[in-house]
Amino acid sequence: MQIIKDKQIIDDNWSYIADDADLKAGNISVSLARWHQDKAQLLSREGKLGVRIGPADVVDDLAPDLKTIQLIELDFTDFADGRSFSQAWLLRGRHHYSGEIRATGHYMTDQVFYLSRVGVNAFNPEKVEDLPIVLANLNDFTVKYQHSIN
Amino acid sequence: MITSHDYSPERPIKRSSMYQYNDNDQILVDERVAQFRRQTEQFLKGEISEDQYRALRLRNGLYVQIHAPMLRIAGPYGLFNSKQLRKLAHIARTYDKNYCHFTTRQNVQFNWPKLEEVPDILEELASVQMHAIQTSGNCMRNTTSDHLAGVCIDEIEDPRPYCEIIRQWTTLHPEFDYLPRKFKIAVSGALHDRAATQFHDVGLHLVKNDAGETGFKVIVGGGLGRTPVIGQVIKPYLEKKHLLSYLEAILRIYNLFGRRDNKYKARIKILVKESGLDKFFTLVEQEWQLIRDGNELSNERINAMKAHFVEPAYQADAVLDAGFSEQQQENKAFATWVKHNTASHKIPGYHAVFLSLKAPDSPPGDMTDTQLDAVADLADQYSFGEIRSTHRQNLILADVKQAELFALWQQLDGLKLATPNIGTVTDMICCPGLDFCSLANAGSIGVAKEINEALDDMDYIHDIGDLKINMSGCMNGCAHQSVGHIGILGVDKKGTEWYQITLGGSSENKAAIGERLGPAVAKNQVTKAVTTILDVYVKNRLNDESFLDMVNRVGITPFKEQVYANN
Repeated sequence: MQIIKDKQIIDDNWSYIADDADLKAGNISVSLARWHQDKAQLLSREGKLGVRIGPADVVDDLAPDLKTIQLIELDFTDFADGRSFSQAWLLRGRHHYSGEIRATGHYMTDQVFYLSRVGVNAFNPEKVEDLPIVLANLNDFTVKYQHSIN
Repeated sequence: MITSHDYSPERPIKRSSMYQYNDNDQILVDERVAQFRRQTEQFLKGEISEDQYRALRLRNGLYVQIHAPMLRIAGPYGLFNSKQLRKLAHIARTYDKNYCHFTTRQNVQFNWPKLEEVPDILEELASVQMHAIQTSGNCMRNTTSDHLAGVCIDEIEDPRPYCEIIRQWTTLHPEFDYLPRKFKIAVSGALHDRAATQFHDVGLHLVKNDAGETGFKVIVGGGLGRTPVIGQVIKPYLEKKHLLSYLEAILRIYNLFGRRDNKYKARIKILVKESGLDKFFTLVEQEWQLIRDGNELSNERINAMKAHFVEPAYQADAVLDAGFSEQQQENKAFATWVKHNTASHKIPGYHAVFLSLKAPDSPPGDMTDTQLDAVADLADQYSFGEIRSTHRQNLILADVKQAELFALWQQLDGLKLATPNIGTVTDMICCPGLDFCSLANAGSIGVAKEINEALDDMDYIHDIGDLKINMSGCMNGCAHQSVGHIGILGVDKKGTEWYQITLGGSSENKAAIGERLGPAVAKNQVTKAVTTILDVYVKNRLNDESFLDMVNRVGITPFKEQVYANN
């Protein structure tokens, strides 16, 4: 599986572990609920850690742990739910999170320019054939009217 | 099809002050056109789903309506220049059925474009510094303002530079383009609120503090539609430098906490109501404290924007003209028009002139391509090439010398744009209704026409005076019926059209939501009900008492008794 990170197509070396599945080796991400529940176990294993948050999750809850998290996945259940945009802004602008923020789930390739501006730097598209489209759409605009993260 | 023909050769006229695009502004709208062209092509090829394209086209002003798509074009705080008006005329001729419609939010709508031609229309618009960005969809919409901004006699400060600052800030804002619901901002700089600021998601009033400095009173959570709510003051005085950081704080709280489970409860007014103003204020305040520093609007930026809105070259001797008063004495029709269709101007000898888009035989707010072209010429000739649209769906030439009013009136009369009914009962706000809109439950244009035909006696209309009728074809309330002095709302009852009547609404300083008169009336009874209400007013008013004042004094009972007397 390939994704886009920092405007490059790269191989994805992360796995998302569902709440009812066993943890495995390597770089894994888990839900926010599981993160809170199994934090000690997660921190004691090898490999990098990521957390997948939904639009209703509260970003501030993650603030104390951000130094130990290398990936935050913003999981779009519906492209129209714009809370993920503010979550990204809060992670970068308020909590100064410098790890990877990745859009995943049901977002539109036409939203990636805005997502990149609020601090999302990686994109897991719904379909692999969307990879070049995402890359191109990241350059939809060369001008901007307001401050954000980028 | 786009040709290289320039429809509007620049004439050597003294232009009014309007914001002029710089290179970046132009690049932005050009890139937006390219983006939407791609999206439309992908949709037509089946590469984007219906659902996704809907979200994208709405953010470019494109609705799908009963007969055809409807395209809404932004009129930034109601300002247009003559070149832009000619472009609208050209679009009406080339891509539509020779007319367009001015809306209550100072925008322009075309009712018959072809979907596949919309990118071409947007490209035409971009060539004259216009666009349709964020004129629909759940995002920050066109910023509206006082149609007499910069020329009225009761102004604290010209709101237009702040409108433009807000326009830019809201345009393609990356964080706030997928809000729970639409978000509308209005700005007023005068004592008299002509921008309905208390019925916007955010209303801003330029006010003076005790030290004599100008800042903003911030009102939040107002709105019309299904659940009309009068906005509440969240910040009595906000320093100008904090304008954008405070808006950002409000928008972030709304984006994160506004309801997304039910579209009818998704506006910020519901969030403010359900959480309570105190709690909402606290959330906004906490957010704002974290972002306000380092995010300030500099004086330099404000002054640079103000430089775009400097006064046009007024003539100091305009007031010395004696002909104006003679012409009024000699010509009663002219005098009547001056009385009703012009407004006082801050510069002696100048007037702001209303062009009534409420001629008896024309749908409210509609204009033909011929009228658009002619008005563009009149604007060049008499008013520094500038045209404004008003929240009551009329146009304004804001800077006309009194010596030229008579000639202008004669030409407007020939164009059917001089009906002397501004602010009167036939100056109705009316949505397109069931004739055009896929949301509507009932017709509105036909009913407006019938009321207009019944009220054909201008002396009677002028005797009634200030009376605002607002009529919407459905609960969404595009024509602001809940704040009409008389509000008329079309509803569907088992497949037939019925109309609920309210009295006593107002969107001005003493904001009020109209009270329901009684059961809805049948379509063929609406005009009778309106004329009955007017008769009750004429018989029972005290001296110079306005309709609204009388309703506030006596309540709805006397009106109710007569309207339902025979039922």
